Amino acid sequence: MITKEEIQKLADLARISLSDNEKESLRKDIDGILEYVGQIKQVKVPVGEVWEPAERNVMREDVVTTESGSYKESLIDAAPQHERGLIKVKKIL
Amino acid sequence: MKIDLENLTIAKARKHLDNGDFSALDLAKAYLDEIKKKNKDIHAYLEVFSDVEEQAKEADKKIKEFKNLKTSKPPDLLGIPIAIKDNILIKGRKVSAASKMLENYIAPYDATAILKLKSAGAVFLGRVNMDEFAMGASTENSAFGPTKNPHDLSRVPGGTSGGSAAAVAANMALVALGSDTGGSVRQPSSFCGVIGYKPSYGGVSRYGLMAMGSSLDVIGTVSRTIADAEILFSVIKGKDPQDSTSIDVSLSSSGKKKLKIADMTPFIGDVGAGGVDPKVMENYKESLLRLKKLGHEIVTVKTDLSALKYALPTYYIIMPAEVSTNLARLDGVRYGLYKDNGGNLISDYKETRGAGFGRETRRRILLGTYVLSAGYYDAYYGKASAVRGLIRKTFGEIFKEVDLVATPTAPTPAFKLGEKMADPVQMYLADIFTVTANMASIPAVSLPSGFTEVEGKKLPLGFQLMAPYGEDGLLFDAGKDFLGESK
Repeated sequence: MITKEEIQKLADLARISLSDNEKESLRKDIDGILEYVGQIKQVKVPVGEVWEPAERNVMREDVVTTESGSYKESLIDAAPQHERGLIKVKKIL
Repeated sequence: MKIDLENLTIAKARKHLDNGDFSALDLAKAYLDEIKKKNKDIHAYLEVFSDVEEQAKEADKKIKEFKNLKTSKPPDLLGIPIAIKDNILIKGRKVSAASKMLENYIAPYDATAILKLKSAGAVFLGRVNMDEFAMGASTENSAFGPTKNPHDLSRVPGGTSGGSAAAVAANMALVALGSDTGGSVRQPSSFCGVIGYKPSYGGVSRYGLMAMGSSLDVIGTVSRTIADAEILFSVIKGKDPQDSTSIDVSLSSSGKKKLKIADMTPFIGDVGAGGVDPKVMENYKESLLRLKKLGHEIVTVKTDLSALKYALPTYYIIMPAEVSTNLARLDGVRYGLYKDNGGNLISDYKETRGAGFGRETRRRILLGTYVLSAGYYDAYYGKASAVRGLIRKTFGEIFKEVDLVATPTAPTPAFKLGEKMADPVQMYLADIFTVTANMASIPAVSLPSGFTEVEGKKLPLGFQLMAPYGEDGLLFDAGKDFLGESK
């Protein structure tokens, strides 16, 4: 059974704040889901079996397809905080 | 002339537009009128674009040009009104994935599918509702309120492309685009009585479709005829340098008059475990009989199907793992919502993601984080990946025996709003017959197969056909036959 502390740990790893009430209800939900998906543990699969996509290592030339700067404004504008063409964040050190 | 929206198809609209029986503007206005009348109750559209009439006038100009030229015919979709799911980017327009996180996000570029629709001259009516970030089975997870089923407003339209299905079912769009990760085009189409087509994985470029489960996601179509699905797909399909997983699906007909179709009753009994509505089963048998009467052969396969019953639990490991990875980019720095809680950058990330994501989204991110964490990776993600390999192999074997595989689309008709919100696993079970196609990357279609009466309301049922990877044309052949379109 998953514990409330584990939920807190996952929330920290996933960078999501949770209220105390929610931690308990999510704990219950995730417990139920893990029980359901846990049934795959019974499946016997041959050693080395792994899913691979149909297309692998698809390469293409690294070419510039747009005019330099043509997306700058719209991309910067999408940032919630920006100043003089730069995305603004709090200091990280 | 009066436009008969109820019986309109792309081909019919094309003829009338080219003959001048009505203009693209008349057609767009007819849909806008329906939207005005019905959207208040159904809530399929999150936004009706303010420039629909201008787009239609532009299309009319082009239709006139083609008429004067006489050398070439107008493209199929010129002037055709279409609704777009709120997770597909149209440059310069809002696109929110029905999330508070992206409530005011403006798309900086066009999705490849949109670019193709634009050059074909389609008219974009608006963006339609969905479960937040395409997670759910009822459209109740939209941050902007649920969509209702046009056949019974007390019931859900299915999900996640519930807005797309409801819009087409209620004549609020001729056709619509949706996206399908585990059944999100087919299941709502089944609930709303329309056709939902999920192409082979990679059949339509994912460029500009908001990523959910990248190894599963594909853009699909909602329509009222198979011919319309085929036309729409033929425009948006194709290999795209912007999506390395995209492929060229050929649409040439197999020419086979008699198809071998797998009756999956043993599998349905196995995975359904009492959860399949008897009326759904009855309708499934009738649908198989209909195909038999049309000259197709219905067979029970000899292949060991035991791996297939693990498709849903496997899906609910792989998909949340991909979700937790894909949604990591939404942290309040580059786009979307930003919450400053007065602390440092990390606490702002947490605050932003806690406030911006709805409950189901948070649930899946945490679940994905769990199955990918060092201690549990082998038992969950690693194992699921191996089982996925087995599922693909199983389908490979099945398709040595038959051309198509048939199942019901969903285990029940549309359920009541709120009915499954308290128990996530119950909600997930709505995808039990659809996820297998995504797990195996194969194409599938949900065909309207009749109605069942519940509490005095006629609710639609759906019949699903699956074909081998890249052989989408078989679905169109069989679908036309099943629905009597080939006559």
